Amino acid sequence: MTDRAQQAISIRDLKKTYANGFEALKGVDLDVAEGDFFALLGPNGAGKSTIIGIISTLVRSTSGEIQIFGKDVATHVYDTKLDLGVVPQEVNFSQFEKVGDIVRTQAGYYGLPSKLARERTEKYLKKLDLWDKRDNRARMLSGGMKRRLMIARALVHEPKLLILDEPTAGVDIELRRSMWDFLQEINRNGTTIILTTHYLEEAEYLCRNIAIINHGEIIENTSMRSLLGKLQQQTLIFDSIDEVSQAPQFDDAAIQSIWIDSNTFEVTMPANHDINALFAALTEQGVRVKGMRNKSNRLEELFLSRLQHGRESDNKPQQSVSSGKDADKQESANV
Amino acid sequence: MFNSHIFIAFQTILVKEVRRFMRIWLQTLVPPAITIGLYFLIFGNLIGRRIGDMGGYNYIDFIVPGLIMMAVIQNAYANVSSSFFSNKFQRCVEEILVSPVPNYVILLGFVAGGMARGLMVGLIVTIMSFIFTDLHIEHIGLTLLVVLLTAMVFALAGFINALFANTFDDISIIPTFVLTPLIYLGGVFYSVELLPEFGQWISALNPVLYMINTFRFGILGSSDVNVWWALGMLFLFSGILFATAIMLLRRGTGLRH
Repeated sequence: MTDRAQQAISIRDLKKTYANGFEALKGVDLDVAEGDFFALLGPNGAGKSTIIGIISTLVRSTSGEIQIFGKDVATHVYDTKLDLGVVPQEVNFSQFEKVGDIVRTQAGYYGLPSKLARERTEKYLKKLDLWDKRDNRARMLSGGMKRRLMIARALVHEPKLLILDEPTAGVDIELRRSMWDFLQEINRNGTTIILTTHYLEEAEYLCRNIAIINHGEIIENTSMRSLLGKLQQQTLIFDSIDEVSQAPQFDDAAIQSIWIDSNTFEVTMPANHDINALFAALTEQGVRVKGMRNKSNRLEELFLSRLQHGRESDNKPQQSVSSGKDADKQESANV
Repeated sequence: MFNSHIFIAFQTILVKEVRRFMRIWLQTLVPPAITIGLYFLIFGNLIGRRIGDMGGYNYIDFIVPGLIMMAVIQNAYANVSSSFFSNKFQRCVEEILVSPVPNYVILLGFVAGGMARGLMVGLIVTIMSFIFTDLHIEHIGLTLLVVLLTAMVFALAGFINALFANTFDDISIIPTFVLTPLIYLGGVFYSVELLPEFGQWISALNPVLYMINTFRFGILGSSDVNVWWALGMLFLFSGILFATAIMLLRRGTGLRH
């Protein structure tokens, strides 16, 4: 077990059974280190939103304990809520309020004096590119703007821990990238971030540590690097300069290739295989490559394999593993 | 939470509530003013002339306190029940629930918002009454105390209604089937002395009768009920409803899973 006082959030044996008998959480143990950028992944109904609901006190746990920066959520309500910012999955602001009023009002709930509330509102609306919309009614905003508004609102009291429940759902690629940059910036400035997302490339790009939850149990909790290291094989798609009539052949039986069309073929090989050797073999066969990409996101492959494995092993829970602050961030694998 | 933070949080909820009913003034302030204005015109002015005196006063003078109180009760209740339920419905109540605002500040903020609307409509109706009669207030302190306590009682009741409500129908059932009969049978338009003994006994069970008559005593100087007993009842109702609302908030009734 880790020193819980050093963790941004520390959860022990968290259980939740809803009134209809549905067991949403079956004893979750989870630690997220201070300063971490942490991914909490899982299929729909796995228990992610229930965990976030319990942390933010919108859902009552059946049993278990949560500490935020070493303080119990149940006994240090004021301090723990002051340290916490939550961006929910669904829009939950009044559609009839003005954008600026929504953020300023939230600042007021946290006791910020009006001058400071106005300054923070301006600061975060500008950072999220919503300042020119400050006098617009919230219902007039696009889906992406509404999500950014919820982020600005969650940050107005400058929490040390920010939880984002699918913040980029329905957001276009350009905007998603700019939100990633912003989240990385606030993480660099010291804010611990917990992210749930269905975009696994997002988790892979942003997060240093990861937990996968399924059927209310944590089935994987490790660093992103360690998890990606478990990848057994990868499939790459090649675009050739010249036309090819068949897939290239390789001496190594572990490398399989499939011809797709006259300028495209795919190669499946062990994850740790030397790519230079692969290129050498292609060059020998006279194949000139102009582009190469992963067939699917690496984390996606692992995610699906862990869920499958979880089903096969009757969802046996694993011991909580602390997410190390010093775990290296794994950069995107796209080449 | 520090005292200054608590005050800021309370002020924030109150300002938000006032901003809400001022933004939709055509739905919140104008309709009750028109309705009560029609009561003044039809019952007070046109029919009232034929009725003559009631309780020793011109009929229109007699009904003015009751109509002001009716406006205060209906609007204090409606503001909190509809606003808080809308917050639940749109899930924006989560903005407050995730913040460190204590339960009693949430309750006081919404109740103060309801009282503000009730008192504002009451003020509009009072000003309108000057068109029809020369209103003279006998006991200004008592009048203000009663109207404040009554607005608070019904704002608290509206809050509890909103906590239990799951649909918009749930916040219209109590006003339609409970509040309206209580107000109309609470001596707005008549003195309970006109009723037979059994009717007077039944009316004595209606808390609104005490509120309206105490308010009438504050304005006209006469009442069908014991004013001190009525004041005690208002304080008691306020305490009971406040404690009930706090208990429900602590349990998370209608708010937390």
